[in-house]
This record gives sequence, C-alpha cells and structure tokens, in this order.
Amino acid sequence: MNEPLRNRTAKEELEDIPGTYVFNRERCRQGLHLNLLFSSLLKAENRTEFLTDETKYLAKFPLTEEQRRCVLERDWSGMLKVGGNIYHMSKLGGTDQRSFQYLAGAMSGMTQDQYRAMMVQGGRGIEGNRSRKENAGGKS
Amino acid sequence: MAKIIAGIGTSHVPAIGVAVDQGLTQEPYWKPLFDGYGPVRDWMAQAKPDVVILVYNDHCVAFSPASIPTFAIGVGDEFKPADEGWGPRPVPVVKGDSALSWHLAESLVLDEFDLTIMNQMEVDHGLTVPLSITCGQPKEWPFKVVPIEVNVVLFPQPTGRRCFALGRAIRKAVEAYPEDLRVVVFGTGGMSHQIHGERAGLINKAWDTAFLDDLTADPQRLTAMPHVEYMREAGAEGIEMIMWLIMRGALGDDTKEVYRHYHVPASNTAAGLIVLENR
Repeated sequence: MNEPLRNRTAKEELEDIPGTYVFNRERCRQGLHLNLLFSSLLKAENRTEFLTDETKYLAKFPLTEEQRRCVLERDWSGMLKVGGNIYHMSKLGGTDQRSFQYLAGAMSGMTQDQYRAMMVQGGRGIEGNRSRKENAGGKS
Repeated sequence: MAKIIAGIGTSHVPAIGVAVDQGLTQEPYWKPLFDGYGPVRDWMAQAKPDVVILVYNDHCVAFSPASIPTFAIGVGDEFKPADEGWGPRPVPVVKGDSALSWHLAESLVLDEFDLTIMNQMEVDHGLTVPLSITCGQPKEWPFKVVPIEVNVVLFPQPTGRRCFALGRAIRKAVEAYPEDLRVVVFGTGGMSHQIHGERAGLINKAWDTAFLDDLTADPQRLTAMPHVEYMREAGAEGIEMIMWLIMRGALGDDTKEVYRHYHVPASNTAAGLIVLENR
C-alpha cells in the first residue's frame, strides 16, 4: 500500500481505548436488527405501539435473547456489548423521554445529576483514560 | 462567478438546539455559551452569504442501518427538519440550491469523489443546530443550504486527508460555477466528546485548542492525524472533527482566523466555534 502507516488505524488500537465501544464492522453486523428496531422508533406511531406492549413489538425483530433483555431492562451498557450504536440507542432514549446526559450517566455508572456536575466541572479528564495497556501498567 | 468567502467550524450539539427552541439561552447554564455566539451572528449578518455549503453528519435519522454512505450530497429544493425521536425541531424548512447542488455533485464525481446523491432527505440537528447558532430564530433561514453529509458513525470514517481533499474539490467546483454567489462553508461537529460507554463525558481542552490553532498554523498536522488519535484523545465521537477539515480544505492556503469561541460544557460536549476568512 502507498498509504503512510500513520494514517491507518488498526482494530487493536481502537480496542485499547478504555470504556469505549467503537462502532466497527463486527458491532455493525452483530447489532443490525437491534439498531433497525431502534431506528423504527423514529416514527411516532411506532413509539406508541412499542410503549403499549414492548414484548409484542420486539417480537417483530429477530433479536437475540440478550439483546431483547437489554432493551426490556433498559440495560444501556449491555446494549453496547451486543452491537447497539449510541445514536440508534438514543431513539429508545427519546421514546422514554430521556436525555443524552441521562444515557451517558447510566453507561458510566452515575446518576444524571452526578454526570451533569462532572461536565460542569470540565468533564472527564484524559489522563488515565487513554489506554487499557497503559492503565494496567503492562507492555504489549 | 461563485466565490467561497469564509469557513465556519462549529459544534452541532442537539442540546444547543433544545436551549434555543425552549428559550433557555439566558439561563446561567447556557448564557456563557450563547454570549459567545453573538459575534458570529453579527459576522454572518455582515457577510450575507447567498449559500452555505453545510458539512455535517446524520445521526442515524435520514440513514437507517440499512445504508451508510461515506459521503452524500442533498440536491433537493428543500430539506425538512427530521423527527429524531423527540419530535421535529420547530425551525424553518431548509431551502436548497438545487442547481448548485447538482453542479457540485457532477463536478465532485468527475473529480473522483463518489458522493451518494440524495434527491430527498430530512435533516437532523447536525444540520439545523449550526443554523440556529449562526442565525438565531429567523422566520426563514437567510440563505440557501447545500448539505454534504459524512459518515462519522461507522468505522472506518473517511480519513482527515480525504476530507481535506474533498474540500479542495468543492472549492474548485464552486469557483467554476457561473452565478455570482457568496458562499460560506460550514464544517460541523465536535469538539472533544464521548457520549457512550464508561468513558462518557471525556473532554480534552488541550487537544481542542491545538486543533483550533492548527487550522491556520499547521493544517498538514491535522490532515495526517489517524482515526485512533481523534478517538483516543478527543473521545470516540470526537472523530466528527474530520468534517472541519472539509471546510478547511475548501478555503485557500492562506486563511485568517477572525473569531473563536470555546466553552465546556454543552451537555456532553466541548463546544467550539471558529471563523476563518480567505485572505
């Protein structure tokens, strides 16, 4: 390849970022039907139908048991681990009248108020949040 | 002939749109951010562009998981604000310049940038929030808009270098357009932010500041930056900053920074804004 190496990112480099689930080809494939479900909630009538009987609505989508559980229990971190994409997930958040800040707090183990306070203080710092390997003190 | 007179880089945080729509901009939380938008509104009122080429990303609204174009261009006469799950934003319908859009689409594809052509497309906060930031709440938006949409959601996003080169090709196309139009290019998204996972809430002011500085001081450093650096240093969703490089590429080699504003937080995000004029 003629491309200089520094402009190409390997999967391992992205997976080394702590607390992060980069939406890549594996997650895109794994989460396709889950994200199609979320996408369906862009229509107001579908939001109503979903909220009326969630289990019945979910039966329209070929989800795994774990994907189904994550949606029904609103396990936001769990959704990320079964291919959920945050932007698609936000449509479920909208259906629940939840804000992005609520979702971000839930995924990082905070209440919305705690999370909001952290952001007002300048957000989560980068030091100690760059690399799993670095944090483990090990070398590759 | 049409001419690109300036570029604007700005965040497009959805909560900024909510603050405008619900009249919260003078609340203590929002006031410092919106105070910094006054000068850019004045600048826009003076510059009076006929058209804004608005580079943004769709947040899985116009594009479902069924199709994910890397680059797309809206060529219609109008673009309606989309329902993103909370109902559509109460903002004016965005008017397109179909003739210019088609000219750009042809010129860009012939220059080997293979954009997806969107005859019909609704637009989300990624496009409408920058309009609210730069125009406030007019009855009609005071210029036409050519939307250029970029995949920043699915890895691999286009490289920064590719984005910069697309900007160059946009400039070439605009300069070949016979109508006398004053054009401003917006690059939107960012700045540092991560809205998912245990690392949600990441902000990196030093990285953001260096990015703003190097838009004029050292664009080559920015175009060489790999995906992992954006995602690690500026948060996974900080990769949106590649879209600012399309704006930068559409300007000349020699640009002058005329305004900058930076504020933390806007919801989950570091909000940045910069105005660059072609010398």
